[in-house]
Amino acid sequence: MNPIETKQTYQEYVDKKSPNSPIWKNCFNAFWVGGLICTIGQIIMNICKERGFDQTMSGTIVSIILIGLSAFLTGLNIFNKIGKFAGAGSLIPISGFANSIVSPAMEYKSEGYVMGVGGKMFTVAGPVLVFGISASIIVGIVYLIFNTQSMTLV
Amino acid sequence: MDINWANVFNWMSLLKCFVVGGLICIIGQILIDKTKLTPARILVIFVTTGAILGGLGIYQHLVDFGGAGATVPLTGFGYNLAKGAIEGVKESGLVGVFTGGVKAASGGIAAAVFFGYLASLISKPKMKKQ
Repeated sequence: MNPIETKQTYQEYVDKKSPNSPIWKNCFNAFWVGGLICTIGQIIMNICKERGFDQTMSGTIVSIILIGLSAFLTGLNIFNKIGKFAGAGSLIPISGFANSIVSPAMEYKSEGYVMGVGGKMFTVAGPVLVFGISASIIVGIVYLIFNTQSMTLV
Repeated sequence: MDINWANVFNWMSLLKCFVVGGLICIIGQILIDKTKLTPARILVIFVTTGAILGGLGIYQHLVDFGGAGATVPLTGFGYNLAKGAIEGVKESGLVGVFTGGVKAASGGIAAAVFFGYLASLISKPKMKKQ
């Protein structure tokens, strides 16, 4: 095989070697797996409400249970198989957040329990928290100034 | 305490939740397949979008319609942060800007940190199969 010389020939080579993933099939799988995870969340939420928790508390309980479950499924290498099949279906729900914490932590376990696991946990989750919390603070400041939540389209 | 299982398995609400959650995941799948964004960036985009839509009060409609279908995806995490910040402002003004958001999402964040660390400890290193 000839060495790859230009960027363009490399791009052509990559396109040839990695055929486009079948987007319709991927979307279908993402749809039903993602929908299923959310439905499990809804069932847990309904049970919490029946037990007399309020809406906010029920939502928190749902997050904790789903995060805990998917963290351990990732640790047992089961979540990766689901993720390969479902793509965004398991990435976008809160389970993907837990997965994004555990996966890099597992990979860097050999570097020790403090800087390896404790530090690398946040390679993906760190940015999510940074941007999520920053966005919420901006929303809070805007609300503080304008004292309104409804969007006004001028 | 008795649980009314008919309320738990309210098929109409479960169907709405399934459809809303599934559609949000399809948006993510299209982003994965059609753009060169890494999963980390997609997660950041979803959380930020959720926070902005939550701040504008648009996401609330989706939550009212789809329930957990809207709150379980990461957009719901952003929505939760933004809603918490607004409630914080209502309660304690400027300080609430900083305390409200994280307070609302604290359960999820703490669970993610704790269970994440625990799960990493019990995990076996990945074997590379050929």
